[in-house]
Amino acid sequence: MTHTSAQVSYLDDGHTLRSWLLTTDHKRIAILYIVAITFFFFAGGFAAFLIRYNLISPKGLIGSAETYNRLFSMHGILMVWFFLVPAVPVTLGNFLAPLMLGARDLAFPRLNLLSWYLFMAAGVVALYAVVGGGVDTGWTFYTPLTSFYSQGHVVAAVAAIFIAGFSSIATGLNFIVSIHKLRAPGMTWYKMPVFLWSLYATSVILVLATPVLAMTLLLLVFERLFGIGVFDPAIGGDPLLFQHLFWFYSHPAVYVMILPGFGVISEIIPAFSRKELFGYKFVVWASIAIAVIGFLVWGHHMFVAGASLYSALVFSLLSYMVAVPSAIKVFNWIGTMHNGYIRFDAPMLYAIGFIGLFATGGLTGLFLAALAADVHLTQTYFVVAHFHYVMVGGMVSAYFAGLHFWWPKMTGRLYPEMWGRAGAIIIFVGFNLTFFPQFLLGYLGMPRRYFAYPQHFEALNLLSSGGALILAVGYLLPLGYLTWSLFYGARASANPWGATGLEWTTPSPPPTENFAVTPIVTKAPYQYRRAEAVER
Amino acid sequence: MNGYAPSVTVEGREIDFLILALTLVSCAVLALVFALILLYMVRYRAESGVTRGAPGRKTWRFEISWTAATLAVFFVLFIWGGNLYVRLFQPPADALQIYVVGKQWMWKVEHQGGQREINALHIPINRPIQLVMTSEDVIHDFSVPAFRIKHDVLPGRYQSLWFQVETPGTFELFCTQLCGVGHYSMTGEVVAMSQPEFETWLAGGAAPGEREDMATAGKALFAARGCSGCHGEGGVGGSSATTGVSAPALAGLFGRLVRLQTGATVTADERFIRDCILTPDKAPIAGYPRIMPSFSGQISEEDVLRLIAYIKSLRSGSRT
Repeated sequence: MTHTSAQVSYLDDGHTLRSWLLTTDHKRIAILYIVAITFFFFAGGFAAFLIRYNLISPKGLIGSAETYNRLFSMHGILMVWFFLVPAVPVTLGNFLAPLMLGARDLAFPRLNLLSWYLFMAAGVVALYAVVGGGVDTGWTFYTPLTSFYSQGHVVAAVAAIFIAGFSSIATGLNFIVSIHKLRAPGMTWYKMPVFLWSLYATSVILVLATPVLAMTLLLLVFERLFGIGVFDPAIGGDPLLFQHLFWFYSHPAVYVMILPGFGVISEIIPAFSRKELFGYKFVVWASIAIAVIGFLVWGHHMFVAGASLYSALVFSLLSYMVAVPSAIKVFNWIGTMHNGYIRFDAPMLYAIGFIGLFATGGLTGLFLAALAADVHLTQTYFVVAHFHYVMVGGMVSAYFAGLHFWWPKMTGRLYPEMWGRAGAIIIFVGFNLTFFPQFLLGYLGMPRRYFAYPQHFEALNLLSSGGALILAVGYLLPLGYLTWSLFYGARASANPWGATGLEWTTPSPPPTENFAVTPIVTKAPYQYRRAEAVER
Repeated sequence: MNGYAPSVTVEGREIDFLILALTLVSCAVLALVFALILLYMVRYRAESGVTRGAPGRKTWRFEISWTAATLAVFFVLFIWGGNLYVRLFQPPADALQIYVVGKQWMWKVEHQGGQREINALHIPINRPIQLVMTSEDVIHDFSVPAFRIKHDVLPGRYQSLWFQVETPGTFELFCTQLCGVGHYSMTGEVVAMSQPEFETWLAGGAAPGEREDMATAGKALFAARGCSGCHGEGGVGGSSATTGVSAPALAGLFGRLVRLQTGATVTADERFIRDCILTPDKAPIAGYPRIMPSFSGQISEEDVLRLIAYIKSLRSGSRT
């Protein structure tokens, strides 16, 4: 491949299976990842659909509580570790980071490929656990339930997450080194797009937090397989220790999921408002602040778990502190729209939907950080609604926004615009119909993870399940029209949105080498000229 | 509203008030966010000819203002929620104690008078009730939405939950911590009744004489399990002169400060006594040889609670 000319697009640089499976090109690896996580998204989504189907009736429709518990565990495990955590970094991040940096590839191209193979290995083990019967512990694996009482394929599921963790660490390391070492001449830290800052903050969390999860899961397996008392008090362990260690990873992991989404939105809002990002440095440092403070709030998952009363006060205060930078970002995005020349292409619609849903998710987080309110609301559907607003309403919308925005760059094709807008609107409506009733259910006291429930919760559950049907249509639409556009979409120009950023200076799709000549950066990002004519 | 139950405790109404305040704050912020987005979407749409202000103004004034405003609101919410939370988990000293043991998948309740019930809890109204809760297996959670209160129930520990109900009625009880296949079925009811009705309920069931109260049952265990062999009849303590071995006095122990061999001092609460029975080597008592055997795995959670009830009933110097 060394002799290919700079004009050959990365998609045409070899058509064999081998040329894909042994590629070290970050763009091809990104495509490999997109295929993989799309599969896991729909597998996890299918489980969610069955969960909503079951809850149509207070007695449960799928017949067995065991099946139900395995479904929501599978849904959580697949969505968290095989979709949300990797989603933006390994797909858009992989594809765009070198292009945005003005580099030929990531710092460690072979490590990048290895991390995909680790991810796939983890996926295979996870699927083995699912096909073999699944687990019924929930994605949180609380001990001592998981240590000895649960019957499922706990060790396989835990092994899958353990392996996926190494993929995360490799990816995070690759981004950190690339952003430090591979910036184009003239690209100082403050000339980097916010997307790269977000990837950087995300990567720091991945590298620091994931090892803690790996150790925790290893201890869990030692306890389950060899009876070494770590977490089960019956053999000398401490059940709360698991929760401390698990959330020490899993709360920062929440920011791993959402920070790249912030990055995507910070690219799209300026591009479609034809305006510089409002408060660039505040947005940047908000990401860093979230990454740092995010490590110190894990105790807010344990306000009624039996940890110290006074530690709860500290964790509550810190949880409010970590919400401040998120609020700053929302205000800055809205500030960016002020005085702009706003266009409503699908990426912008997804991005606007993101702001609304993320703001709702964030604000309901304030309920759960307020200690006394958390006592009533935690472990109910209020929590389910809250984190779905952030993770699905927020993060998945951001992923879709980014996928549409950079689709022409990645594939060289335009997606059908009207279908794109319809998808964004259907997802927004379906999402709210599915999850808003769950806030009410939670306030009324409906517990999470119940296969069957008292009659008086029926109406709201029915509404939620109806919304899920619309949401499912919303998610299947892009799968359909984006796939269609791969074959029949109009050819895209190098810069169909008239956007700034080095990635738009390359042809669509970019050549294997990315840049024929190493670009030199002289301007700050987002220098949009107002109302300039844009040609597709 | 569908299934809405107004709170029947004072603290529950305070929680509702806090949630209402949070809702109002959230609605105000959301209204602002959506109003601005919609306004800008219309006013600054690309086709609109409206004049845009001069570009490149300083933004830091805005940044500082909304950061400061956010911090101020958050701090008020933090203080409000934190203050109420601390009060929620400080049981009054005169609370009526009831013991709860969770297991896959049922709630077992035992009153001090020895009355036992499954998946139900009968309580008097207008009287603080303190639940002392533990689990036989995995983590459960005792949750009563109508009281706006819940707490995890852990194996190997005692967790406390208190409330005072104002209105008689029957209220849903849920386990809200995933505890296995039957998690959804680990439900029950809390029946709040007036004091006379409660006393009638306590007296019903087994005929008087057939039922032992918890402390009496604990006393029998104290002898049967050989505790009195070292700690003496009535838990007065043992020495080489009396029981032949040096063992600490248990009468009057509950609530006192105890010095450990490590030099640390701990309060002798339910958990401390439980640990001394089940894992005596973990925190040996200063001044006594390490000869207490472990009863771990040999005695049920309910019997541990009965022994604790007995030890609590022993006043120093008394011989019961």
